[in-house]
Amino acid sequence: MIGQLTKAERQYALLILLGIGLCGLILGIASKDDPLGIHGALIGIAALAGVFKVISIYYDPEPDDERLTRYYDDPTKFGIILAMIWAVFGLFIGDWVAWLLVKPDFTFDAGWASFGRLRPVHTTSVLFGFGGNALIATSYYVLQRTSRARLPDQLSPWFVLLGYNLFCVLAVTGYMMGITQSKEYAEPEWYADIWLLVVWVVYFAIYLRTLARRKEPHIYVANWYYMAFILVIAILHIVNNLAVPVSFGSAKSYSLFSGVQDAMTEWWYGHNAVAFFLTAGFLGMMYYFVPVRAGRPIYSYRMSIISFWGITFFYMWAGSHHLHYTALPQWVQTLGMTFSLMLLIPSWASAANALLTLNGAWDKVRDDATLRFMMVAAVFYGITTFEGSFLAIRSVNSLSHYTDWTVGHVHAGALGWVAMITFGSIYTIVPWLWKRDRMYSPRLVEVHFWLALAGAVVYVFAMWNSGIIQGLMWRTYNESGTLAYSFVDSLIAMRPYYIARAIGGLLFLIGGIVGAYNIWMTIKTESKVLPESGADAPEPVLGGEAVLQPGE
Amino acid sequence: MAVEERDNYTGYLTTGHEWNGIKELNTPVPRAVYFFLLIAFVFSVGYWVLMPAWPLGVSYTKGLLGLDQHNIVRDSLKRAALGRSAWTKQIEAKSYQEIQADPALMKIARQTGRTLFGDNCSVCHGLYAQGGHGFPNLTTTSWLWGGNPEAIAETIRVGINSAHPDSRTSQMPAFGHDQILQSADVDKVVAFVRSLSDPSTAKTTKPRDVDAGKEIFATNCTACHGEDAKGRSDVGAPNLTDKFWIYGGDAQTITNTLWNGRQGHMPSWEGRLTPLDRKILALYLFDQRVPTP
Repeated sequence: MIGQLTKAERQYALLILLGIGLCGLILGIASKDDPLGIHGALIGIAALAGVFKVISIYYDPEPDDERLTRYYDDPTKFGIILAMIWAVFGLFIGDWVAWLLVKPDFTFDAGWASFGRLRPVHTTSVLFGFGGNALIATSYYVLQRTSRARLPDQLSPWFVLLGYNLFCVLAVTGYMMGITQSKEYAEPEWYADIWLLVVWVVYFAIYLRTLARRKEPHIYVANWYYMAFILVIAILHIVNNLAVPVSFGSAKSYSLFSGVQDAMTEWWYGHNAVAFFLTAGFLGMMYYFVPVRAGRPIYSYRMSIISFWGITFFYMWAGSHHLHYTALPQWVQTLGMTFSLMLLIPSWASAANALLTLNGAWDKVRDDATLRFMMVAAVFYGITTFEGSFLAIRSVNSLSHYTDWTVGHVHAGALGWVAMITFGSIYTIVPWLWKRDRMYSPRLVEVHFWLALAGAVVYVFAMWNSGIIQGLMWRTYNESGTLAYSFVDSLIAMRPYYIARAIGGLLFLIGGIVGAYNIWMTIKTESKVLPESGADAPEPVLGGEAVLQPGE
Repeated sequence: MAVEERDNYTGYLTTGHEWNGIKELNTPVPRAVYFFLLIAFVFSVGYWVLMPAWPLGVSYTKGLLGLDQHNIVRDSLKRAALGRSAWTKQIEAKSYQEIQADPALMKIARQTGRTLFGDNCSVCHGLYAQGGHGFPNLTTTSWLWGGNPEAIAETIRVGINSAHPDSRTSQMPAFGHDQILQSADVDKVVAFVRSLSDPSTAKTTKPRDVDAGKEIFATNCTACHGEDAKGRSDVGAPNLTDKFWIYGGDAQTITNTLWNGRQGHMPSWEGRLTPLDRKILALYLFDQRVPTP
């Protein structure tokens, strides 16, 4: 996998790994009895494993310059495999906690297995583990093809991919030990946050360095979205995680913000994580994989541009709609609500652009489950963004907030949009990466599609019903003017929907396992290896140095 | 160089660029996009004019409607309280007997009491007040601290073995663990106690043990549970002759109770529920009782 590292890069890799190992050692020693010590050890072991891996190829011959005539896809391949591992793990934990809501005893009598710790394990595994790895892997792929330039070096893509996964492992194992900042989607503590920041800056640098060497006069729109994703996530991550650790030997830190400022910062972060991680990043994926799979041009270049600026501009204001009817001043809520409404137009323009791109290729949508994954993703994207703007209206929010409707909304986006577009993209990219003429079993892709669609629909309908019933029960008064239902009454009413939700989640999980198996068998079965396509190569580098083409 | 082509399917020109086989059509943005964007913007401007919206340094635009979420909540709470005052005043002023004689007020007590109980008491006593292991069933006529509405309201107010200064306090001593009774004597008391509520135990116990147990009971237990073992509500000692058990009426559980003692706990609700709420709960619970077998 890492055979293309040059001698110098192998040396740098060893230095970096030793540095990481040293950090782990320092954390381990400084922590004494703190759970941070376990993370110090984990960082040290990860670094040591890396050192062994690099040493094992250290004396291999230097890769020849012929490699520069091909794109660098090894990190993408590994990233796709990691994404599928995280998907199966994260979906499994998700379905476990779904059954926990049906049967609260369905767990081990241990702290790590309590609902409050497993839930963030689920969210981090699917959003950051599955989604993040898929974004990093596909972004490397798309960036090179649409720039006609190879990644700038062999080391930094691996640093980003593996460093990011170290962050995910620290996050997930930390929750199980009770290490959390208690900020939703930003749970990892200060040391993991600092590490992610380093990784993220290198990621952005890869993007800039590759784009600077591009051989296409224009930057393709997918790269705009991917870059917005990387840049804005960096900004959000830094601001929301500003905190002072108790000591360098303690996992605990205290946020710079408190009270309503903390809530506003958190939801500015939280909603823009939805915007720039789960939307912009995956729109980048969509803008590459939908047209290539459909074999159709993008419906409208102009619409992709106004949607991009609409989404980036409007989303930034929308976070306060998470705090309607709270201590947050009402004027902030007003702005959050109105910008959320305006946001619907660029969102729908993006969904329409994807669906209209399929005009002239609907026969392929019918026959090809991979393209159908992406078509359904665009539909779910449209549904979810409409629902999001609708829920942001204050009076609607007074019914929906704190109910399962929110959970249903998130999963319409996460299962219907994010996971579907990712599976579609992965099924497109896997045969290309491993030079196969098709997936191991197109029928299993079909099976996965229907399991995923059924799972998502069952899940979302269950939560719509559950959420609306819950919201109505909480606000129903009897004729005496007192509340008609106790909270426990509403829980009893939820139970059938919780069972339905857990079954929907189970279908989605089974689909993920089928997908992982299919991908693994495609990689293993080497029968129909395609010859390398001459078109799928970067522009040759003359004189070993990138030469910029003049713009038009 | 950019070479524009015409797409046969849609009839639109491409932008002339190509990225790894991907082309883009130069389709104009549909009018509907601008139209709806304009509508959304106009709506937003209208909303900003009417509602609190934009920050102005230390203040903000208050909006022409003059609405403020704090005032709205305060007013609606006031209105709701006013609507309820028709009956809340009556319940506050009248005695339990007077309220119980008034079907309209009792209907309200049943409606409101059910929700109050569900939100505050059901965690321990169950949604239907039927208790559970260690938590008494409240739908019987067998009450530890007295089953009239006044006594129930007082128990809710001060709690049992709670931190409240007036708390009801009671403790069943650990007769076995603290070596007040010998192991064999504990077994005899258990045999006697079981015979009080369940005549069928006579088949499995020796009459001699039951008689011996009765004697030990008379010297050790009657101070709290009474000569007739029917309990004393002034010290919170349960009636042992009915079928109602907090911890369980089987031999093993009664042995455990005798051996290790018991000290149940109920929090004081004085700081969390208003006098009106506690009165409604007492009425609701008194109304729920069915005679204990």
